Amino acid sequence: MDFLNAIVALSNFVLVPAIAYGSQLALGALGVTLIYGILRFSNFAHGDTMAFGTMVTILMTWWLQSMGVSLGPLPTALLALPVGIVGCMALVLITDRVVYRFYREQRAKPVILVIVSIGVMFILNGLVRFIIGPGDQRFADGERFIITAFDFRKMTGLQEGLALKTTQGITLVTAVIVVALLFWFLNHTRAGKSMRAYSDNEDLALLSGINPDRVVMITWLIVGALATVAGVLYGLDKSFKPFTYLQLLLPVFASAIVGGLGNPLGAIAGGFVIAFSEVMVTYAWKKVLGHLLPESLEPSGLVQLLSTDYKFAVSFVILLIVLLFRPTGLFRGKAV
Amino acid sequence: MNETLRNVFLFAFVAGLIVLSGVMQSWNTAMVIVNMGLVSAVMSLGLNLQWGFAGLFNVGVMGFTALGGLATVLVAMPPVTEAWAAGGWRIMLGLLFGAAVIAAAAVVRYRMRPSRRRAAAMVTILVVGFFVYRWIFDAGVQAVEAVDPAKTGYLGGLGLPVVLAWPVGGLLAAGAAWIIGKAALGLRSDYLAIATLGIAEIIIAVLKNEDWLSRGVKNVTGIPRPVPYEIDLQSDPGFVAKAEAMGFDPVTASSLFVKVIYAGFFAAVVAALLVLAQLALKSPWGRMLRAIRDNEVAAEAMGKDVTRRHLQVFILGSAVCGMAGAMMTTLDSALIPTTYQPLRYTFLIWVMVIVGGSGNNLGAVLGGFLVWFLWVQVEPMGQWFMATITAPMAEDNALRVHLLESAAHMRLLTMGVVLLVVLRFSPRGLIPEK
Amino acid sequence: MSGGPYDDRGNKDRTIANPDGMGELRPAGTEEEARPAPGADGPFLIGENMTGGYGRGPDILHDCTVSVDSGQIAVIVGPNGAGKSTAMKAVFGMLDLRGGAVRLAGEDITRLTPQARVRKGMGFVPQNHNIFTSMTVEENLEMGAFIRTDDISETMEQVFDLFPILREKRRQPAGELSGGQRQQVAVGRALMTKPKVLMLDEPTAGVSPIVMDELFDRIIEVSRTGLPVLMVEQNARQALEIADMGYVMVQGRNAYTGSGKELLADAEVRQSFLGG
Repeated sequence: MDFLNAIVALSNFVLVPAIAYGSQLALGALGVTLIYGILRFSNFAHGDTMAFGTMVTILMTWWLQSMGVSLGPLPTALLALPVGIVGCMALVLITDRVVYRFYREQRAKPVILVIVSIGVMFILNGLVRFIIGPGDQRFADGERFIITAFDFRKMTGLQEGLALKTTQGITLVTAVIVVALLFWFLNHTRAGKSMRAYSDNEDLALLSGINPDRVVMITWLIVGALATVAGVLYGLDKSFKPFTYLQLLLPVFASAIVGGLGNPLGAIAGGFVIAFSEVMVTYAWKKVLGHLLPESLEPSGLVQLLSTDYKFAVSFVILLIVLLFRPTGLFRGKAV
Repeated sequence: MNETLRNVFLFAFVAGLIVLSGVMQSWNTAMVIVNMGLVSAVMSLGLNLQWGFAGLFNVGVMGFTALGGLATVLVAMPPVTEAWAAGGWRIMLGLLFGAAVIAAAAVVRYRMRPSRRRAAAMVTILVVGFFVYRWIFDAGVQAVEAVDPAKTGYLGGLGLPVVLAWPVGGLLAAGAAWIIGKAALGLRSDYLAIATLGIAEIIIAVLKNEDWLSRGVKNVTGIPRPVPYEIDLQSDPGFVAKAEAMGFDPVTASSLFVKVIYAGFFAAVVAALLVLAQLALKSPWGRMLRAIRDNEVAAEAMGKDVTRRHLQVFILGSAVCGMAGAMMTTLDSALIPTTYQPLRYTFLIWVMVIVGGSGNNLGAVLGGFLVWFLWVQVEPMGQWFMATITAPMAEDNALRVHLLESAAHMRLLTMGVVLLVVLRFSPRGLIPEK
Repeated sequence: MSGGPYDDRGNKDRTIANPDGMGELRPAGTEEEARPAPGADGPFLIGENMTGGYGRGPDILHDCTVSVDSGQIAVIVGPNGAGKSTAMKAVFGMLDLRGGAVRLAGEDITRLTPQARVRKGMGFVPQNHNIFTSMTVEENLEMGAFIRTDDISETMEQVFDLFPILREKRRQPAGELSGGQRQQVAVGRALMTKPKVLMLDEPTAGVSPIVMDELFDRIIEVSRTGLPVLMVEQNARQALEIADMGYVMVQGRNAYTGSGKELLADAEVRQSFLGG
């Protein structure tokens, strides 16, 4: 019984939150890795792209709510999500047309595009704050839990409860669908294969008649969609605040790099590696150990390896360790 | 227009902007801009060493600056003897033990042959070591942080003159840079950008959370200053008489006087660094750096140790940033860890270097002043602009209220636009590299 | 500084920039439609009196002519740095021509972009980076046929018949194949467009002599189907042996021109370029 209790406590405080957070990071990292693979630079504006897509979704959600539209137990934001995606796609396409395209035509080195993306980051950051303000926005509505800790205890008779938030469930389901769609697209459609070909060898893609402008456009569209989905899921699960999204860039980059930049599979693995290490290192293990160990050995302290304020630091320590031993990331990214 | 004339004109233009804000707003504001402009110039000189001379992409400027800020506390604040007595030595012991554990793990790694046993030994040493370390360390921390937490609750510093903190800040930053550089430079490819980004986050997380060291979010205030205090000046009859003779009221005069002295200190540092950086650029060392930058393969073929040069310039540049951090903290007389937002302010320094002209030291200084001026002044300009365009609207018009409230965010937007416009139309910056 | 205003200052940070697979191709032409060339009645593909260089740089080719006619194999040989590959690139539209013309099937294509030339029926196999290493053999062939909208399975079968080993390895990433097999993938990719002329830039570079013989056999087989082949070769003797037409280039100029047999028989050519 104690063992079961330990498992449930572990699931409740570590596994479930880490899986949800990991899915959100994975979706964010996929966007970063696609840009890296195809446009060949690390997009520092990605966190703010996520913020922009989420902002459009939130505005749409508010409007829907004011019209009395709702999805019942599910958050209204899901209904607004397509609008957010379209808004974000429009934004990235406009940015590409106005900003990035010029440097591609000039055949600027990728580092220049990185610097350019820093400029875009500033602008988007200002824009989002300008429109929705710098404050915290909560926009999740509908049923809060799929199953509450109390119900779980009643159902199983265990001492520990397992709560599953609606947003966590939605995150996982959406992430699985989006990732499956993305991989199907990349591996089984003409457009997807042309993206991979372009990423692999630009010149040969050109000689094969692949239109680079089209590849770049499709990439931005996908990235806009991924960024919005990732941002909205994160915002539903926690809350939306422009500064948090700027900061989110760090674990998202860490995920993409740990997995191996340019490798979509790596981005997903990286997202979970970072999420799990963040949650596990900052979790107080007292409860779980209390169930597992005999009473005499029960820990007196919280058994928390590091305080929660160190969570970003944790993702970077993991990142540095991985890079020290495996400079191309876990899944052999582009730097082979 | 020849080059010198053009540069003189550009500097005169920025000086004119600052004078203008002195006339239109107040001389105090103008002096604040000058002082922070000087500090920014130091930072952008440091970053320019790295990016301009060697093409190293450092995204952790704020981390190094924060280390400089920490140096100010460690050097200038008086030691808290009760805290040392309560647990200071225990903390030191804990840190030493932690270092010993890492050293032991490293010895195992080098001495034993790669095998499962080696991995197991390393993991055991690290895990057991970590818990023992926490056992020693945590008790010390608790004891130290319990000592009068409202006022101290930390170990304090050495109680030395604060100006000494500037080189010490540089040294601290150089030490951190050495560790990062060793790990992240010159493998098959660099991963300096992400390493510096991460280390900056880690440094600032440490400053925010390790209360025994830096009081964390409680901030360290009242750091001793190298200049007289305004209150003392105002009560000095000689000073008051002089101020009134020059037509200032004593309060304004004292605060201006203090700022001018700061500006003198800072200007001396900027001038010295500028001369050194120019000498470095023209020295064989600087020429070699540029040769490496322009054609690394050829430089390597000629037997130049590329990684070593990169490591040197990275450490130097970071040290300059650390020094700037110590200067900034001295100017504020306070260490406020939450104000170091690693991403945003680091990129502000980047804007300075790019706008000024990558690879040109004069450009870095100019960029530092100009961009800092904009950063400070865009907000009031935005307010004014919004007030003007919304003037015809009704007082309680929702859009008007929103626009006025949001004007504060114009500065981020403006920085982005400035960066993009300069990159597009003057990619080499205002004062291009020769 | 060398790299222009948008240079990377020697940065080699892989966590932010990804230079792998970046394009180096500098298309010289800008037009998408060929011009009629009235009265032109020459070989199927000809680069005639070509003079030019890269961008505004110095001329590399001087009044150079290469051509290939239906069912023929034409070979460009010459010492290192003679401009063999440059001549090939000029024909394919990657060199700024200041004189001369390129004609394909009686049309003037001098100003066409390389992509437009592919659509006109020119298949080109570059010397380096000529396969998609991360994609499977089959995907490589599919990408080769990207511009086609009709059913490509028949052409793929033909390529597999020509290079049976590729059928076996169709699901393997092309980057995992051996050097000779990679060249087969590269040629196969170019054949997938059903080109009217095939251009090969040093197809045997870096492969063993046995594999080289095998590749030459395949190239002869391809040309027997009526497809003209223009290729640059380092191994002059073997190449001239299978060539209907040979061009010996020296310093960007035609030094000797003739059928493969004539050149092999020419004492001077043998003395200077074939090692006796």
